[in-house]
Amino acid sequence: MSDLSQSLQINIFASILVPVIGALLIFACARFRGLIELLFVGTALCLLAVTISIVNMGPEAFYQSITLFTIIDSIPIAFHVEPLGILYACVASGLWLVTTIYAIGYMNANKEKHLARFYMCFCFAMAAVMGIAYSANLLTLFIFYELLTLSTYPLVAHKGTDDAKAGARVYLGILIGTSIGFLLMAILWTWSITGTLDFSVGGILENELPDGLLMLLFALYAFGIGKAALMPFHRWLPSAMVAPTPVSALLHAVAVVKAGVFCVLKITVYVFGIDVLTNTGANSPIIWVATATMLLASLVALQQDNLKARLAYSTVSQLAYIVLGAVLATSTSIMGSSLHLATHAVGKITLFFCAGAIYTATKKTLVSDMHGLGRVMPFTFAAYTIAAISIIGLPPLAGSWSKWFLIDGAISADRLIIAIAFLVSTILNIIYLMPIAINGFMLKPKQASSDIHEAPFAVVMPLCVTAGLCLVLFFLLPYVYDFLLLLNLR
Amino acid sequence: MIATHYPILQVVIPLIAAPLCSLLPRSKLPWLLATVVAWIAFAISISLMLQVKDGGTLSYELGSWPAPWGIQYYIDTIGAFVLVLVTAIASITLLASRQLVENEIDSSKHSLFYTAFLLCLTGLLGIVATGDAFNVFVFLEISSLASYAMIAMGDNRKALTASYEYLIMGTIGATFILIGIGLLYMQTGTLNMLDLKARIHEVDSFRSIHAAFAFFTVGICLKLALFPLHHWLPNAYAYAPSVVSIFLAATATKVALYLLYRVFYTIFGFEFSFDLLHLGYILLPLSIIAIVMSSFTAIFQPGVKRLLAYSSLGQIGYMTMGIALETKAGLIASIIHLFNHAFIKGALFMCMACLLSRIHSTRLVHLAGAGRVMPWTSAAFVLGGLALIGVPLTSGFVSKWYLILAILEKDYWWLAVIVLFTSLLSVIYIWRVIEQMYFREPNEGCVGIKEASPLLLACTWVMVLMTLYFGIDSRYPIEMATVAAQALLE
Repeated sequence: MSDLSQSLQINIFASILVPVIGALLIFACARFRGLIELLFVGTALCLLAVTISIVNMGPEAFYQSITLFTIIDSIPIAFHVEPLGILYACVASGLWLVTTIYAIGYMNANKEKHLARFYMCFCFAMAAVMGIAYSANLLTLFIFYELLTLSTYPLVAHKGTDDAKAGARVYLGILIGTSIGFLLMAILWTWSITGTLDFSVGGILENELPDGLLMLLFALYAFGIGKAALMPFHRWLPSAMVAPTPVSALLHAVAVVKAGVFCVLKITVYVFGIDVLTNTGANSPIIWVATATMLLASLVALQQDNLKARLAYSTVSQLAYIVLGAVLATSTSIMGSSLHLATHAVGKITLFFCAGAIYTATKKTLVSDMHGLGRVMPFTFAAYTIAAISIIGLPPLAGSWSKWFLIDGAISADRLIIAIAFLVSTILNIIYLMPIAINGFMLKPKQASSDIHEAPFAVVMPLCVTAGLCLVLFFLLPYVYDFLLLLNLR
Repeated sequence: MIATHYPILQVVIPLIAAPLCSLLPRSKLPWLLATVVAWIAFAISISLMLQVKDGGTLSYELGSWPAPWGIQYYIDTIGAFVLVLVTAIASITLLASRQLVENEIDSSKHSLFYTAFLLCLTGLLGIVATGDAFNVFVFLEISSLASYAMIAMGDNRKALTASYEYLIMGTIGATFILIGIGLLYMQTGTLNMLDLKARIHEVDSFRSIHAAFAFFTVGICLKLALFPLHHWLPNAYAYAPSVVSIFLAATATKVALYLLYRVFYTIFGFEFSFDLLHLGYILLPLSIIAIVMSSFTAIFQPGVKRLLAYSSLGQIGYMTMGIALETKAGLIASIIHLFNHAFIKGALFMCMACLLSRIHSTRLVHLAGAGRVMPWTSAAFVLGGLALIGVPLTSGFVSKWYLILAILEKDYWWLAVIVLFTSLLSVIYIWRVIEQMYFREPNEGCVGIKEASPLLLACTWVMVLMTLYFGIDSRYPIEMATVAAQALLE
């Protein structure tokens, strides 16, 4: 075995094992509160280090399959690295580090219980995320996809109230339901016609199925990946908002939902192949479903008074951007879609951090109660404003790049209507995100707010960092662009 | 050489040990004897397995009377496979049984209980090992009578009616099988299975062969608890002492399924059973109804043992569905599930035994907060439950994978959809239990309860780890099932 593949193997296994070991250590030290917090942050640091070392291995390491063991027939549990997976892993592990600090601050400030279980499941979820990011075939992807659902279920139900349990039931029901009902079906179907489940550049389905059935198979995949929250299977996302805010922030704005769109991207690029999709038109129905989801979810978001619910629907809408970029299946739109995966993650995690900070400081959850809070919580609201503008897609913030490529992609696919839909959705973004910032700074508070201060440092610091990232990424994104060009779609 | 006598020793050792057991005083010595005997039987069956694993057969002539006249014991791959399964489950169950028996059964009956257990084991092993049709009936009765007695030892008075109901139904089933054997004997003049196989097609009077076939079908399906002949099973499993539930759930129906393979593939032959008499046409609808109905019923059960019993009915449906597909792939799927389900259900009933030993109830409402007071047991239940659902990395997933591939091979799309849909139903009934265990505050009665005894817990985890192991490395069951299916179809 060459040096490269050996170190690749070590790195990939490490990125899955580090969080698992972290989780086990947390379980073992459950009684010592300070220690588990230290372990939690330490695990995140180690994971980030491993991820960076994978990035540093460069393009020579791409598409080398590392086999763990074979489960059934000749389908092994196998991993490889490729540009999309590395991007997703970087986003998830980078933001995890920030979230660990935020989570500790938030959980302590709000006196949440069962911390060890909480941190442990968080670590397991990250292990599953890394497995998804590096999976080299559909079976591996499916396994870690299910593990991610199972490991995040306790986090959603964390509070143990009836509300939390009901939310968690919807969460589990929809995610497991779609994955077993549609995704597993689609995988089995793929296996029965092609005899392979490996991800390979250009796809594995060329000339295997008539166009109509190909369309059906693609729909099975798109809806089967419930984590991508295409309507009508989006209900789990708002339901999951009963979880403590750090969970909503990392998992339901970054790791879990991005796992969904990442799977869609990966299946589009490596199972179907963008040429097959565009030549057969198998992607058409899903394009319309995603467009509808994008617009409808924005409209629903407008009507939500609960800040977290509004952000949740905004996430549904933004996920549809990414799915749309993927299923438009041109090299530009895939680029836009991948970039949006990163920029939306940074922006949305900031918004959720802000929602959590406001809750920690004031116990307020309704948008209509938040008037004038910007004056007493300047950092939080400044961060909110920056992130909101980034999500809307104005320069000089990161979101502007990805939106540019997405719209360009729609035009390059000769779908002008979709390009217009992107613009309409942008206007809706402004309408539902900006008033919170504007009212926060401009209006007078409804009640005296002299006793309201910023949330604790551990809560405010992370959101300032991620807001800063929105700005910094604007200048760094060209590098990411260069990196993604290694995908070599054309 | 003693090794040549293994096929008969397998059956004779427990048979001789059984009356010895009843002579031993108190409960420790009978337990020790029974456990040692079970482990010896396990060792013998492993050695038999090694001799026939490549598709060879072993035959043993009782008292050296040559084959068609004397009684012949005949062990091929499927036989050895089931022998290993039954003895493995029996050894683990008996090892764990000491404390359970002490808790649940009146101390004057301990030695009799172990006697009955060994007789039941003798019967089950005899059915599998023998190559003589009448011997099958004899062993069937031995095992059934012993299990009626064991079920009646349950501490709930309803155990008596459950046992009585099983006795009536079981006797009808055994009688039907006996009539079938009688008809065959009348027409062919032989009881040796291989001889029957050779002569059955020379018979002129087709009607009596058809009648025999019908009697066998009904009799075996009764023993198998296939819908609509399943009514005895839920009560029997729910009210039996927990040791008996573990053992019967994991082995009794599996041996009945073995009998089905033996009769319809070996004696009547595949062409006669499936091409001429279309056994598949009966089994397929019945399997579907069994699966759907029992999954729905399981959802509404207030007692977890009953819930698991109904789930068993559904799982048996998956096994018969594999047979009903009338293909080699279907038969392989059926055999794999037979093996995997034995460990899964064994593990789950073992968890019930753990809970019963501490909380003294397995009703859902009494299990609130069990996750906190009995973490290891609850974790074992979660893993077993996931295996039952068929989550990847557990053996249940391997079973489902092969079953659905076999279904897709026949192009039965709708059936694949049904199988996936019923998997979702199993998510619901398993999750009701998990939610109760983890996200409810413990009842007052649960305060101060400790984890189950180490030996019991260790045995539970052995079973759980088996399901995980065979979910990750499934080579052994798949290889065996393939060889066995090949031999059965020849």
